[in-house]
Amino acid sequence: MSTALTAAEPRGTIGLRAIAGRIGFLPGLLLLLVAGMSAVDPQFYGIINILNILRNASLLAIVACGQALVIVAGGFDLSVGAVVALASVVTAKTMAATAAAFPGNVVLVIASGVAAGLGCGVVVGLVNGFCVAKLKVSGFVVTLGTMSATAGVGLMITNGIPVYGMPDIFVKSFGRAQAFGLPTAVHVALIVIILMVFAQRRTLFGRYVYAIGGNVDAAVVSGVSIQRHIVGTYVVSSVLAALTGILLTAQVGSGQASFGGDRMMLQSIAAAVIGGVSLRGGVGRVELVAISALFLTILGNALNLLHVDSRLQPVFLGVIMVAAVALDELIRRRRGRV
Amino acid sequence: MDVDVAPKPAEPLLQLRGISKHFTGVQALDRIDLGVRAGELHVLFGENGAGKSTLINVVSGTFPPDEGSFHFEGEEIRHLTPQRARAIGISPVFQEFSLVPSLTVEENLFLGREITTGGVLRAREMRKRAQALIDELGFDLDPSRRVDDLSRAHQQMAEIAKALLGKVRLLILDEPTASLTERETGRLFELIARLKSRGVGLIYVSHRMREIRTLADRVTVLRDGRHVRTLDAASSTDGELVELMTGRKIDLLYPTITHKPGKVIVDVENLTLADGSVRDVNFYGRAGEITGIAGLVGCGKSELIRAIYGIEPATSGAIRIDGAPYEFPAARRSLKRGIAYFPANRTAEGLALSRPIRENASMTVLDLPAFARFGVLRQAAERAKIGGIMAQLQLRPPNIERAAGALSGGNRQKVMLARALTRELTVFLFDEPSVGIDVGAKLEVYEFMKSLVEAGAAVIVVSSELPEALALSNRLYVMHHGRIVAELTGADRTEQNVLSSFFRDHLTAEVA
Repeated sequence: MSTALTAAEPRGTIGLRAIAGRIGFLPGLLLLLVAGMSAVDPQFYGIINILNILRNASLLAIVACGQALVIVAGGFDLSVGAVVALASVVTAKTMAATAAAFPGNVVLVIASGVAAGLGCGVVVGLVNGFCVAKLKVSGFVVTLGTMSATAGVGLMITNGIPVYGMPDIFVKSFGRAQAFGLPTAVHVALIVIILMVFAQRRTLFGRYVYAIGGNVDAAVVSGVSIQRHIVGTYVVSSVLAALTGILLTAQVGSGQASFGGDRMMLQSIAAAVIGGVSLRGGVGRVELVAISALFLTILGNALNLLHVDSRLQPVFLGVIMVAAVALDELIRRRRGRV
Repeated sequence: MDVDVAPKPAEPLLQLRGISKHFTGVQALDRIDLGVRAGELHVLFGENGAGKSTLINVVSGTFPPDEGSFHFEGEEIRHLTPQRARAIGISPVFQEFSLVPSLTVEENLFLGREITTGGVLRAREMRKRAQALIDELGFDLDPSRRVDDLSRAHQQMAEIAKALLGKVRLLILDEPTASLTERETGRLFELIARLKSRGVGLIYVSHRMREIRTLADRVTVLRDGRHVRTLDAASSTDGELVELMTGRKIDLLYPTITHKPGKVIVDVENLTLADGSVRDVNFYGRAGEITGIAGLVGCGKSELIRAIYGIEPATSGAIRIDGAPYEFPAARRSLKRGIAYFPANRTAEGLALSRPIRENASMTVLDLPAFARFGVLRQAAERAKIGGIMAQLQLRPPNIERAAGALSGGNRQKVMLARALTRELTVFLFDEPSVGIDVGAKLEVYEFMKSLVEAGAAVIVVSSELPEALALSNRLYVMHHGRIVAELTGADRTEQNVLSSFFRDHLTAEVA
C-alpha cells in the first residue's frame, strides 16, 4: 500500500530516505505489528478476525478522514462521536416511521432513513462551521458544545433503548453483506478515502484547506475565501461521521445512542495525529490517516488476543499517541533552513 | 591557543575555530573561524543562506555545532544551551522576536529570571529595574503595555532591552534596525557606542552598508557557509565587501528605470481608514511609473495600500481603478481587477510555511481556468507554470516542492514575486519590498520592478528605507501621521526634501 501511495506522488528522484521522510515510520510499524502477531497467535490471521479488523478499521478511518481535514484547516472536531450516535438513531427512527407510513416501499424507507441520517451530519457540521467561521469561537469550544448537545438529542430520541424496525434488506444485503469477500464498510471506506485523497490533492477545496491551515493571514491576502472553506471542513467531517453511524446501524440492525461516543472521537483524533496530521494545521494526508486507523484497530485487536487487561488498553493508545507526536516534532526540528 | 602568534594580541572574548554545522542535506556552516574582541563591533556580512543565522544560533546556544572549538573569555565551552549562554553573558537579539505576545514588556524582560522572595514575585522591584533600564536606553517604551499591543518597532526595542538586562559580555544583534525609525536607530547607535566603551563585544548582522560604515570595527564575510575573509572595516570599500559576499561584481545597487507615465490607474480620493491610520489621503498611481510612498514606520503608508487591496477597512473616500469606481475592496476581487499586494511581513501574511513553494506561488491564481476546472486542480499545468516562473526568478536550489518554511528571506520574496507572474496584473503594491533580504536578492527585486514598469504596469512602492524609495520612484509621496505631506517629482526628490517635509509637520504636531 505504501509504495503505491508514493508512486502516486509524482516526483523526480525517489530515494529510500525520501520515501521514509514522506510516509514516515507508520507503515513499517504496521508491518511489524502484523508480522509479530501472526507469529504469536494463529487466531490473528484467521479470516473472521481479519474481516473484523477491516470492518472496524474502515469505520474508524471514515471518521478519522473527516477529523483530519478539520485539523489540517487548523480546527478541531470533538462532535464526531456524538454525530455517529445521532445519525444512527435518526436513521433507524426515520426508517421505522417511514416503514409504518408506507409499508412495503423499501426504496423510499431506506432512502429517507439514509437522507435523514446524513442530514443530521450536515446540520451539525453547518452549526459547527458557522460558529467557528462567523462567530470566531474556537473549534474546540464549539464542537465541545455541539458534542454535548448532539449526544443529548440522541439520548432524548431513544431514551437509551435501541431502535428497531428497519427493513430487513437494509441490514442483510447492505449492512452485513460482503462483496468480493469484503464487508460493505470496507468498500465504503475505500471510496471515501479515494475521494478524500482526490479532494486533498486535486481540488481547490483541498488546496485552500492546506493554505488556510498553513497560514490564515497569507490565505486572506491571497484572496482565498476563508469562511466557506472552514464551514466545508466541518460539514465534511460531520457527514462522514454520520455515514459511519449509518454503516454501524446497518451492520448491527438497530439504531443506538451508544454508538460512536467519546471513544470514537478520541480514536479519530489519535488516528489523525499518528497519521502525521499537525495540530498546528497545514500538514496531513488522509491516506496516512487511514493507515493509522488500521494500525490502531489492529493494535486494539492484538491487545485483546493477547488477553491484555481491557482497562490497560487505553494506556497503550495514550503512550503511542504521545510518542508519535514527539517523533514528528523531533523530525521537524532536525530540518534546517536553506 | 596557538603558539605561533607573535605580537600577542588581546585575548579575544569569543573565539570559534573550525565550526561546522550540517542539516539534513545542507552544509550550513563549513569550518568557520570567528574571533570577537571585547569592545569590538564585529559585523557578519553575507547573503541570505550564507550561514549568518546558523552561526549566531551556534554562538547563542540554540543548537550545538557538529565540530569545532568554542572558547569564551578564554574558557572552552561545551554543550552550550540558550540558558547557559545568557548566564555567561552571551545575549542574542533575534529577528524573530523572542517575546511572549500576551505578556507585558516588563514580564517579558524578566522572563526566566524573575526577582522573587521565596517564590513570590517582587513586582515593584522588577517594575523599577525595567523602567530604569528603558530610561537608560532612552527608548520610548511603556513597560506595562502588552507586547501584542506594541508596534513592530516597539517590540524590537523591548527585545533589545531584554537582551541588555543582566550581565552582558557579548551582544548579538541580528538586523536590529530593520523596523526602527531614524531617531530610534540613532539611539541604538549611541547605546552601541556606550556598550563598546564598557568592553562589551558585539556581533552585528546587517545588510545596510551605511550602518556597517558607521559602526563596524571588523567585518567577517561569509558565503555558502564558508568564511571568506575577515577585514578591517576602515580599510575596506563597499564594493570590495559586496564583491566578497556575492562572489561577483555589482556596480549599481539601483537599476536605471525608464518611467513612461501613462494614464492614471489607481486613483484614491479622500481616503480615511477605520482605525484612523490614514486620514483624507489623495493620491494616484500611473501606468508605466513607480509611485513611491516614503515615511516613518507607523505613518500609515502600509495601511494605505492595504486598504486599496482590501485588507484594511476604509470608512470614507473613493478608490478608482482604471477609471472605474472600486467599492468595498476585497483581496479576491482586487486580484480579479489586476491588483496584487506584496506584504512586508512575508512570514505572517505571505506564505504558508508548511506548504511547498509550488502551492504558495499558485495560491492567488487557482480561481483561473488555466489552473482549475470545476474545482479540480490541473496539477500538470500548475507544476509546469510555477516551475517555469521559479526558474525565471532564479530560485536556488530550483526545487519547487520544497516547503516555504525551509527558505531564506530572499527565496521567500521570490515565491511572493512569482505570484505576480502567474496572472494578468496591472497594479503592483509593494510593502517594504526589501526588508530582510540581502543585497543580491534586493537587486533582483529591483530588476523585477523595473521589468514590470517598463512593461507598462503601475507599481506602487511603500518603503521606510529612504534611499530605496528615492531611487526607485518616479514620483514620491511623503506620508506623516496618516496624511500625505508632500509629493516630490523630478529633481525635487532628495533626501533633504523628504526629511524637511517630516520636519515641517513635526513643528505643528510633535507626537512620538
